[in-house]
Amino acid sequence: MKVLMLGWELPPHNSGGLGVACYQMCRALAKKDIDLDFILPYKAEHNIGFMKVIAAQPVDVTEIIQSGIAYDSYKYIYFDGREEWKDLYSQVKYYEHAVANMAQKMQFDIVHAHDWLTFRAALRIKQQQNVPIILHVHSVESDRAGGRYGNPLVREIEELSLMQADTVIAVSQHTKNAIIRDYHIPADKIEVVHNSIDPDAIIPLDGNNDYHYLAQLKTNGWKIVSSINRLTVQKGLVNFLYAARQVVDKLPKTMFLIVGSGEQYNELVSLSAELGIGANVMFTGFLRGKEWRDSFDISDLFVMPSVSEPFGLSPLEAGMYGVPSLISKQTGISEVLRSCLKVDFWDINEMANKMISFLIEPALENELKWQLADELSGIGWEMSAGKIKDLYHHHAARVAV
Amino acid sequence: MKSIVLYLHVHQPYRVRHYTAFDTGVNHNYFAAGPGERENNVEILNKVAHKSYLPTNKVLLKLLKKYPEFKLSLSISGVVLEQLESWSPKVLASFQELVATGRVELVSETYHHSLAFFYSRSEFETQVQMHRDIIKRLFGHEPKSFRNTELAYNNDVAKWAEDAGYKVILAEGWDPVLGWRSPNYVYNPVNTNSIKVLLKNYRVSDDIAFRFGNHDWPEWPLTADKFSHWLSEDGDATNFDLFMDYETFGEHQWEESGILEFLNNLPKEWLKTEGHDFKTVTEAAENIEAVGTFDCPNTVTWADTERDLSAWLGNGMQKQSIESLYGLERLILDSNDWDLIEDWRKLQTSDHFYYMCVKYFNDGDIHAYFSPYETPYDAYINFINAYHDLKSRLLSKGADL
Repeated sequence: MKVLMLGWELPPHNSGGLGVACYQMCRALAKKDIDLDFILPYKAEHNIGFMKVIAAQPVDVTEIIQSGIAYDSYKYIYFDGREEWKDLYSQVKYYEHAVANMAQKMQFDIVHAHDWLTFRAALRIKQQQNVPIILHVHSVESDRAGGRYGNPLVREIEELSLMQADTVIAVSQHTKNAIIRDYHIPADKIEVVHNSIDPDAIIPLDGNNDYHYLAQLKTNGWKIVSSINRLTVQKGLVNFLYAARQVVDKLPKTMFLIVGSGEQYNELVSLSAELGIGANVMFTGFLRGKEWRDSFDISDLFVMPSVSEPFGLSPLEAGMYGVPSLISKQTGISEVLRSCLKVDFWDINEMANKMISFLIEPALENELKWQLADELSGIGWEMSAGKIKDLYHHHAARVAV
Repeated sequence: MKSIVLYLHVHQPYRVRHYTAFDTGVNHNYFAAGPGERENNVEILNKVAHKSYLPTNKVLLKLLKKYPEFKLSLSISGVVLEQLESWSPKVLASFQELVATGRVELVSETYHHSLAFFYSRSEFETQVQMHRDIIKRLFGHEPKSFRNTELAYNNDVAKWAEDAGYKVILAEGWDPVLGWRSPNYVYNPVNTNSIKVLLKNYRVSDDIAFRFGNHDWPEWPLTADKFSHWLSEDGDATNFDLFMDYETFGEHQWEESGILEFLNNLPKEWLKTEGHDFKTVTEAAENIEAVGTFDCPNTVTWADTERDLSAWLGNGMQKQSIESLYGLERLILDSNDWDLIEDWRKLQTSDHFYYMCVKYFNDGDIHAYFSPYETPYDAYINFINAYHDLKSRLLSKGADL
């Protein structure tokens, strides 16, 4: 079985969860003897042995340089020496034509493409060669727009592609529902394959936590509640701060640690001041690496208050560092993770109630930790990869007939 | 002579409503959920009355009138009698009508359906006396038989029951305790003089209570004819102890499954054969010779594959909440505040701890079916907030906590 995989990023050159999910999924598929060629929109060193990683280079371009993160501009350097910055739409178009061109010289049974950025390329291949295409939806535009309409151009690409897909994979029932709601795709064409996390992706703590002040507070009876998120509307942090206000009323020795950056940063900082809990909320900005890991480590409770989350891996990451979570029910992860507290994102009182109950009851914390460790002991991409492999075989067989 | 000893247990707890950290210390109403909420005790009682109590009592009364040989035993918890008196007098009247036939024996237990035996002997004895009082008041009946909550049995419980004057006690006929013995005989508990123990034949009882409506069960559909035939096959047996939840009829097994039809036909099919009859539990103990002694040093219950107390006391949340509750005993009783004492007792009902069980949470089976809460953690949070309110009430009375 040979699969042509179309994706936008892979670690270490990734901006977020999409690249990590693709990497771990492909590795698990390769272990199941799936032969993979993965086409990226840029050229970089990845040190990946289990599949072939190829850059989609338009014929007249010598080099594509990333400006930083995947959803930003790329610099294209042409054979004739010209340099040009391309915005996202131009890149999508370049990628589409470059991939279509390359695919004509390649052998494969099936195309598997990840998110709208690569969907047009998949469609182009289907037009040319009539191979089955599987479109994997990690998020839809309305999710990324925090429940609003979003970008009409992106929506058009999603709608047209999903209609023509042989099968759509959604990372959660939540996402499947969004696809049906937004694009009226028949439910029986959409398979839910939940994301996962491989334990080896978790880098162990080094035993020295960089949050000296928070550690000091903890020895003085304080509790730390954290949320690690992009600071955007989708993530529901305004409700989280209103709930925090109620928690501080009952338990003044609670510190809220908000890790991340985003367009809501200023709004959230001033809201915490207006609510009178400025001294109980700590903003760290965007963190990665050790500081990011230490943020989980210092926490007593991790909160994911998202308004809408296609999947939402961070409660699993928190869990791998031994920290229980309170998660919104409007997330994909709440469909799979059982050993956690759950709340509707709009229910501020209940969010506060559950935080307070957790913080004052060691029995609840201990039981959750115990159950969580047990639940996560068997976690990994293996099972989800098995489902994907079955879909490959199903489609490959159908074409052969 | 071969006897069917049919014993049905009637019980509904006062489920704790969605009771939050913001109710604690403010609102002392733990049990009255709003309309349409899953923990609404009035609505649940009315639903069960409609589906189970009324139609089943109708069948039972008809059988009692038609077959002079038909007899059965019931245990009805104090907390459900209280609810019936307040919210469904019609159902209470239908039970009174059954008992008035003189062929329905009422079995003694704790009023609050509690596990007090294992935490406070004096509280346990108070609750048994309270139950005797309400049975006397509503039915004019003085029980001679005893069952501990959840059929929780050990040698000490049997000894206590003998000392309290009971003729017979009920227990689970669990193979590891029975060894080579059959449950289809009468036994003497070890180290007692005259009391007898009747052992539930869980295989045939569960054929009715759990497997009856299961279409995947090879014996489906189960008819009264076939069932009577199975019992007849044990040539030497003296008694078949069919012990189960009353709500099996119409609630656990829906009327559509044919369960009431089965009940309706059972006396006819069983009594067809000469030498077959029905006995109440005390009649069985008084008329059937014991064939040996029954030694049960460790506590056995009728729940889960473990048949121990782990369904109620197996995890940290359960242990902590029940121990904390009984830890308040002296202060609560000393308060002489009847409302406070009653609320404390209602929180002792074993169901509250059952809802916190995480054992089978992951398979979402029987515990989830019986629980009004989405997760065991939610059950714990409501309970523990109510517990804190008990403390708050004690504090405002000047108790030293």
